[in-house]
Amino acid sequence: MTSAILQSMISGAAPVAQAKESVSGSQIEIAGISKTYGQGSGAVLALTPVELTIRPREFVVLLGPSGCGKTTLLRMLGGLIRPTSGTLRIGGRALWNGETRNKDALSELGMVFQEANLFPWLTIEDNIALPLQLRGVPKKERREKAAELCKLVGITGFERKLPRQLSGGMRQRAAIARALSCDPHILLMDEPFGALDAMTRDQMNLELQRIQQASGCTVVLVTHSINEAVFLADRIVLLSPRPGRVESIVDTPFPRPRAIDLQSTPEFQSIAVHLRQQLKRMQ
Amino acid sequence: MKKLGLSRWLTTPLIIVAFLICWELYIKIFEISPFILPRPIQVWHALVELLSDVSTLHHAWVTLYETLAGFAIALVLGVGFGALLGKMPRLEEALMPFVVALQVVPKVALVPLFILWFGFGAGSKVVIAAVLAFFPIFTNTLLGVKSVDRGHRDVMESLNAGRMRTFLLLEFPSALPFVLAGMEVGIILAVIGAVVGEYLGGSVGLGSLAVATLNALQVNALFAVILMLTVMGFALWVLIVLLRRLIIPWHESVAYAKAEH
Repeated sequence: MTSAILQSMISGAAPVAQAKESVSGSQIEIAGISKTYGQGSGAVLALTPVELTIRPREFVVLLGPSGCGKTTLLRMLGGLIRPTSGTLRIGGRALWNGETRNKDALSELGMVFQEANLFPWLTIEDNIALPLQLRGVPKKERREKAAELCKLVGITGFERKLPRQLSGGMRQRAAIARALSCDPHILLMDEPFGALDAMTRDQMNLELQRIQQASGCTVVLVTHSINEAVFLADRIVLLSPRPGRVESIVDTPFPRPRAIDLQSTPEFQSIAVHLRQQLKRMQ
Repeated sequence: MKKLGLSRWLTTPLIIVAFLICWELYIKIFEISPFILPRPIQVWHALVELLSDVSTLHHAWVTLYETLAGFAIALVLGVGFGALLGKMPRLEEALMPFVVALQVVPKVALVPLFILWFGFGAGSKVVIAAVLAFFPIFTNTLLGVKSVDRGHRDVMESLNAGRMRTFLLLEFPSALPFVLAGMEVGIILAVIGAVVGEYLGGSVGLGSLAVATLNALQVNALFAVILMLTVMGFALWVLIVLLRRLIIPWHESVAYAKAEH
């Protein structure tokens, strides 16, 4: 049982050298950000002030039941929702400046949603290169970058296909490639594998770990799966609902790369059980 | 799937032949007067005779011109206003009661008015065709612009795309299937508009030719004119459907049709 950990410890040193040449992750400073929807007596507090600093290259998972504000927190990190209070710094730059978002801070982010959200009229290649097109990168360079990213996420050969011709797992891979196309320092993922079956999900978790190691991104991922959280995270931020707030922060100090077998080790299970108990207490 | 495709080429002519046989038998059995319903072969002769006359082609051309000109105006205005109101919810809210009011006015009742305003020439018919074709294109475009997928919007927003880019790269292609669905209905209504205009005013076009043949009690020729109008409307509709396959090959409706046939 422990052989899996040993194995991953032995091979754990290898990808570090690979990661050094690629971009390095940015730090995220969350200083007392909160979100209230509506005003006056009808106001609903979605998330009480959160204090959290996410280190460069760290893999942080936001875990909690529905209504705990985890998606709200992630969408605030991505600049899609403006916090009601507090400040948010991406790589040292404040994301929000009054009503407007800081362009430079925003360009450090790549987002992956629960749905792949690929544009059905664009080929996989053009979908992946959409962020580059918005930045005015010439077509030839976009093609090259898309081919490179297809290789990274494992969908080489599907560059010229339309999204509808791909399976759900492959579409989600393309969505990850799109998020990576501008070389972001931070990857924000909102239940990216929630719509996939269990087998594909395990596979995608392994792939995501590999992609993070290869790209050197900081990753913040939202999930409601305990196993997924323990398997992927360096740190798990546990949120509780009504109103949404940070309940506790749990370290998962397993060496990388982690193999799927890690999930059957007692160390893994004890963290999972601890989290399950905490989640149960919330209900 | 292939079987289905083959059978369509077989069933369509068969149904037409069966229809013609029923028509012929109906006249024979019930001894219908040729002034009420001519035999199919008589209609065919009348059609050949009409088509050999250069003036008929001129009539057809005028109707086609009025239809296409009206449709083009409807397309530009329909897409333009549809996109504008779709992008400006407050303007839409303010104008919608009037749009609905205009929509429920029986447009055909306005034909005499348009003839009064725009004369007996092609102008009034173009306007009528445009008015009829405008509404389906307008309402579909409006719906299309408003139906942009929330997740797709999130993608553009997270990439900090500006209004213009968002329109060109997301809203416009998203709305295209809706616009094309509106165009399919619009082109048929444009033909109807042009013909109704010709019935009531003017001396050229297939509509006025139909009235002329009726006045001369040439029922065979009247049927031939109706047949010509049907063929014209059908051809224009097919053109839009082909355009649809060309412009939105990615859309579910097109991909589905391809898989079926």
